[in-house]
Formats: sequence, C-alpha cells, structure tokens
Amino acid sequence: MTAIRARALERRFGEKRVLAGLDLDVPAGGFVAVTGPNGSGKSTLLALLAGLLTPTGGELEIAVERAEVGYLAHEPLVYRELSALENLELYGRLYRVPERRERIGMLLERYGLWEARHERVSAYSRGMAQRLALCRTLLHDPRLVLLDEPYSALDADGARLLDAELAALAGERTLVVSTHDPERVRPLATEELTLG
Amino acid sequence: MSGYLGDVAALARTSLLLELRSRDTVPAMVLFVVSALVVFRFSLPADASDLAALGLLWIAIVFTAILALTRAFVAEREGRVLDGLVLATADRSAIWLGKVVGVLAFLVLAELVALPAFALFFTPLGWETVAAVALANVGIAAVGTLLAAMAAASRARELLLPLLFLPLVIPIVVGGVGASVEPDPSRYLAFLGLYDLIFAILAWASFDYVVAE
Repeated sequence: MTAIRARALERRFGEKRVLAGLDLDVPAGGFVAVTGPNGSGKSTLLALLAGLLTPTGGELEIAVERAEVGYLAHEPLVYRELSALENLELYGRLYRVPERRERIGMLLERYGLWEARHERVSAYSRGMAQRLALCRTLLHDPRLVLLDEPYSALDADGARLLDAELAALAGERTLVVSTHDPERVRPLATEELTLG
Repeated sequence: MSGYLGDVAALARTSLLLELRSRDTVPAMVLFVVSALVVFRFSLPADASDLAALGLLWIAIVFTAILALTRAFVAEREGRVLDGLVLATADRSAIWLGKVVGVLAFLVLAELVALPAFALFFTPLGWETVAAVALANVGIAAVGTLLAAMAAASRARELLLPLLFLPLVIPIVVGGVGASVEPDPSRYLAFLGLYDLIFAILAWASFDYVVAE
C-alpha cells in the first residue's frame, strides 16, 4: 500500500519555485530521509505532506487522514505561556487520544520533561522545547510521521532518545525525516531523497 | 464534554487562560474605553444631547473591540501554534468558535466597566442599549475573529484588520445606535440579531478556507 504518492510536485512562493518536478512513492511503513542544502525545499516538502501548504503544480496523494499525521516543524507549535502538560492536554483532547493522561505522562517521562511539566514553555531551553515538540508530534501515535530536522537543538541524550524512537517506529509507521545529518538516519531509511 | 463542543470549550479555556496569565488585552481594552469616554465627555458641548453621547458610545465599543481582535491570534502566531491546531482539530471551525468565546468574554469584561462609566459621564443607559450591546458583541466577535485570523497571516496585520473590520461592522453601529435612540428599538434589535445569525454562519462556514494555508 502506498502512503505517499507525488507526481511532478511543484510549489512556488510568488515567483520563486522552491520545489519542482518531484516524484515520490513511499509505501506504508517506509522511511524516507530527505537531505539537501538550506533552501532546497525540505521544509516545504514536509509542510506539503502535512497538508499545511497546497501544491502549486503536480499531484500529491496522502493515504492517511489529517488526524493521523504527526508533524514536527522548526517551531514547536505549542503555546509559550502554557506548560508542557497544558499544551499536551489540549492537543490530546483535540486529537481524541485515548487514555491521554497516561500517554502524556509516558511521553513526558521518556523525553525527560516530567519534572518540568508544570513550567511554562517560555522558560524552556531550545532543546527542551524540541523534546516537547517531539512529544506533541507523537502524542496521537500517528501513522505518518513527518519530522523536519528533528535533531536540531537536541543534546546527546536527546539525540539518542530520538534514535531509539525512530528505530521503534521504523517499519511500523511511515516516516519522512529531513536532516542535515543523513548518516544518523541512514541505517533505518528505506529511501534517501536529495533535494536541490 | 466531548466532540466538537469539547474542542471549542478546550480552545476557549486556553484563550482565557492565556489572558489570565499575560493580562495584556483586557486591561488595555478597559483603559482605552474609559479614556475614550473621558475624551468624549470633554469633547461634547455641555448642552449636547444624550443622543450624540449614545452615538459616541458605539464608536468607543467598536474601537475597543479592535484592540481585542488585534491580539486574538497573537499567541497562535508565535511558534506557529495555529498550524498545530489546524492539524489537530477534526473540524477547524472549532478554532474559530473557541476564539469567538474568548473575544466575547473580553468584550463583556471591558463593557462591565465601560457601560457604568458611560452612565456616570453622560446619561443612564436603558435596557434597549444594553440589549443592543449584547447582540452587537456576538456580531463583532463572529466577524472580527474571522478577519483577525485572515489578518494574522499577513505581514500588514495591524493595518489590515481595521480596514477589513470597520466596513463590516457599519451595520452593527447602525443597529446599535438605532436601538439606543429610536422610540421603538425592537426593529433594530431584530436587525442586530439577524446580522449575528447571518455573519456567524458565514464566518463559521468559511473559517476552514481562511486557515487552509
């Protein structure tokens, strides 16, 4: 079963063409590592796959519902003046996560944020915010996981946690991960897409 | 509470919680509306009629609402929270309705100070003016929240919002002033109710397209 199918995918911002003529087939359970220099369209591709941008040309078919997509962006997509717990409670409710208290607690523990769960995100370091963003992305156990440079801002412990998470998800979920460090995900990736 | 209304309640609660923590919208609205009423008090000639003062009350309410609407999506713009909500909500109109509830609460809080202040500076308010203000709040929040979401995506958002909002609330001012000064306010109150109904349905139905990209 194909999870993502793109044909001649194009995205322009005004006159600037960021993605052009991209063909992509990702089977369910596939793991695509997206690489390329800055400005090559990695983030644009992930936003297109998440449904946050619409293509300006070509075709794009995503075989999962919007609610089954987990999207990690450059920004954490959480309220800065709410705590980690409050943010995840809100997202858990919106995503209809079953037994969400337990799920939230488990993720906060796993990503080392349990002790800081009541602190406002504005007081978090960049690395802690990235860990919280990962919790938000994985909260609803998405079938399609889109991670835009997930290792950025993570310390060595955080990066190891993410390695383990990706290893657990690989094969079970469809993953598209953009990275400047392809070596890190190459052992798990079933396909490597180089843009630019 | 679960489902759609549960989403709305959670999002409205978030708006109120953020305001409770930052306290940067409601105090500004209260300060602005009281200041505006003081300015109006000294601008009007001593023998000016109460009807003129009632007209100025509506100007103060509309401009105070712009303050709330300008800040309505500030928290969602920071860190692209709106993208996260758009992905997470089963029905995106829940985001709009949650914000409407929040904006409505801010308007009511500001008016709890503004209306007694108006009565103190000018003339006591009748039930028809209070009813008109209540109905106007719904229309202002419904239309204004949609426009605030549109403006939030623009770089010129502070300019865009008043430019879009003011022409669309002219009917509210017409209905509000009419209900306040005419001997038979029922026609104008019905007009405000109809405005609320039509524009709330339009805004609710079109919000999905506004935040689609």
